[in-house]
Amino acid sequence: MPLKLLRKSPWSARLGMIIILINLVAAIFAPALSPYGETETAGDVWMPAGKDHLMGTDQLGRDLFTRLLYGARNTISIALVITFLSFGMGVSLGFLAATLKGWIDQLLSRCIDIIMAFPTLIFALMVLSIVGTSITALIFVIAILDSTRVFRIARAVAMDVEIMEYVEAARLRGEGIWWIMRHEILPNTMPPLVAEFGLRFCFVFLFISALSFLGLGLQPPTADWGSMVRENAAAITFGITTPLYPAAAIAMLTIGVNMIVDWFLQRTSRIRA
Amino acid sequence: MEQLLTIKGLKIAGRVEDQWKPIVKGIDLTLNRGEVIGLIGESGAGKSTIGLSTMGYTRRGCKITGGSILFKGEEMIGAPKAKLRQIRGNRIAYVAQSAAESFNPAHNLLKQFAEGPIRHGIMSYTEAKEKAVELYERLQLPEPETIGNRYPHQVSGGQLQRAMVAMAMSCKPDMIIYDEPTTALDVTTQIEVLAAIKEATRLLNTAAIYITHDLAVVAQIADRIMVLRYGELVEEGPTRDLLKNPREVYTRELLSVRSLREASEAQGRENEIILKVDNVTAGYVKGTDILKDINLNVRRGRTVAVVGESGSGKSTLARVITGLLPPSEGSIQFGDVTLAPAMKNRSKESLRRLQMIYQMADTALNPRQKVKKILGRPLEFYFGMNGNEKNDRISELLDMIELNDNYKDRYPSELSGGEKQRVCIARALAAKPELIICDEVTSALDQLVAEEILKLLENLQKQLNISYLFITHDLDIVKKISDKIVVMLQGKIVEQGEKHNVLTPPHHDYTALLLSSVPKMDPDWLDKLLESRGQTFHIDAA
Repeated sequence: MPLKLLRKSPWSARLGMIIILINLVAAIFAPALSPYGETETAGDVWMPAGKDHLMGTDQLGRDLFTRLLYGARNTISIALVITFLSFGMGVSLGFLAATLKGWIDQLLSRCIDIIMAFPTLIFALMVLSIVGTSITALIFVIAILDSTRVFRIARAVAMDVEIMEYVEAARLRGEGIWWIMRHEILPNTMPPLVAEFGLRFCFVFLFISALSFLGLGLQPPTADWGSMVRENAAAITFGITTPLYPAAAIAMLTIGVNMIVDWFLQRTSRIRA
Repeated sequence: MEQLLTIKGLKIAGRVEDQWKPIVKGIDLTLNRGEVIGLIGESGAGKSTIGLSTMGYTRRGCKITGGSILFKGEEMIGAPKAKLRQIRGNRIAYVAQSAAESFNPAHNLLKQFAEGPIRHGIMSYTEAKEKAVELYERLQLPEPETIGNRYPHQVSGGQLQRAMVAMAMSCKPDMIIYDEPTTALDVTTQIEVLAAIKEATRLLNTAAIYITHDLAVVAQIADRIMVLRYGELVEEGPTRDLLKNPREVYTRELLSVRSLREASEAQGRENEIILKVDNVTAGYVKGTDILKDINLNVRRGRTVAVVGESGSGKSTLARVITGLLPPSEGSIQFGDVTLAPAMKNRSKESLRRLQMIYQMADTALNPRQKVKKILGRPLEFYFGMNGNEKNDRISELLDMIELNDNYKDRYPSELSGGEKQRVCIARALAAKPELIICDEVTSALDQLVAEEILKLLENLQKQLNISYLFITHDLDIVKKISDKIVVMLQGKIVEQGEKHNVLTPPHHDYTALLLSSVPKMDPDWLDKLLESRGQTFHIDAA
């Protein structure tokens, strides 16, 4: 079945899969593939691409290609964990609010409103400067902040499904709330949620890099794509292409993820029609 | 007579998965000025597709693959967009099935009426307003001077449909396409709209294509009828001839549906009462009761039909019995237990004994579950069945609803309307219920399919001795399937009793109104009825 699916997939989805595969290989085998160490100063500052340095060096003379591979490892894994966590929380709470309604919905929605009332960046800054900048703290803070958006969407789409008669039929059968959420509501809200997943995943990238820039994200010298763009941004004014490589990596991954998401959306809309 | 529309060898294909499949397979049609032609057939016959194509339009995923459509001698297929724009809404107008969905809820009726004439540069807003008032008056809408200021949700369904007919007439078109304009309406409101359409065509000498699946309805309106099936013409002829001497088997089948023979009366001693609704009053908001003092009984193995037009509280009654809406007063007895008012306080066992089938099988089945999961879940849930035992029982259930094992792995979207409703029935049967509430289960189906579903329900009742509470607005169904009839009006029961008592005169006023409103296979039925009710339209040449 999965093989057959793959054979029928459009070229865009295949391209997306190849991009993601490359990224995964880079992330998993970074230490083996990279010619230098993650934090090793291997040459001069902002050296152009050449034989020794496939993509040149960065603002401290570290090999950019090496940092890109390690960056894939750090950034993708953290972004994935954050996105899954935020969807886990956001979707389950959103569904709960939509199916139970009443005061539970009110309570949850208002709490979420309060969190959303703070500008995300400032809220994250505040929390991170209180609890310290460990990776765990980073993951939880961004996941919770992100889950507010997911909650909104999950609640809205679940509300649409919840009024359908098959949900009523399940209730009349005596099914519990958990079963209804998992078997009746979740499969029918997948398309918008998956689309949102693709987007959120990319936003998390950017958010991490924004925090890194302010000194609260991944701490240097750990490589991550976002901060690599930021750190080398000044180079572009001198006509040096260094920041374009990590930026391109982010763009490629974003496009790859969304191509697969598109394919999924197409497939599911066909079942529904 | 001048030929207004000539269609020759029209072929239209639709995209299914990745292939083009023919929907309309070579249709010829001619329409003279002032003539009304009825297109009849079940869903999938290509009626609407043909209707829309006369405006040079196809729905998404469809394309015209052959033939020609001449409107006033000019080819519509492939005509430039600017020319089509001039014709659409101006020379050819369209009236859709659901007025509620077709009107923009954010604008009032008058504004939407005026849009066409102003766009086509025929009238100014003031002229359009005068025209609207005139047409509203002709179509007997209440307060024609001011009704245009209302928004779509502020008028009733029948009024909205008439407002749409008025809108279609705003530019004095040569031809109007009516696409099932009364299908979503109650029998009593259907008459208003039918009368309005008849008046409209007579008044302006407009030609019309009237699309419907109801032969009795089209008989009132059309001069000529074309019977379609699977995109092909089955039979064509003047209305009276076709009704009197149908040549094809399919036409005869369509004709015979309306003349259902009545089921024989229940014989022998009466079974015990299984459901007893006692003095029930209920409403959604405190103080406004939708149901008032409802008393009714259902006996084992019998069918009780609840009849009334929309808004009479029929479906609310079902919600109260199932416990979705706890009543504010009164009680419900099921067998020898008194049911808890709210569903969540009822035992699994009492939930199992009472099942429900819905009107729209589309929304009653989870589109992401295969048939085997839909049917398997109640088996797991109520009886703890698993593995082979469950699988065998699913096969048995499919057999009961006359489907085979191949259906197990299908999604609801891969089933026809009738098959979906059968799966819904099987899902209810899976719980081995004693009473099934059927909420308008056939009203979304084609007549022949509906007939089969009713037969199936009857057979199942005989085999399994189940009781039905049958909620419907269709009196033909009531005649066929029920043992007892309950007539509801505005949340109250106005009459109830054994079928033959309710259906034979003297009737309660409201029952009489309902009974007389059911269309008959007689082309003169509407005129006679309107005359007898004293609400005939004044026909004067405009």
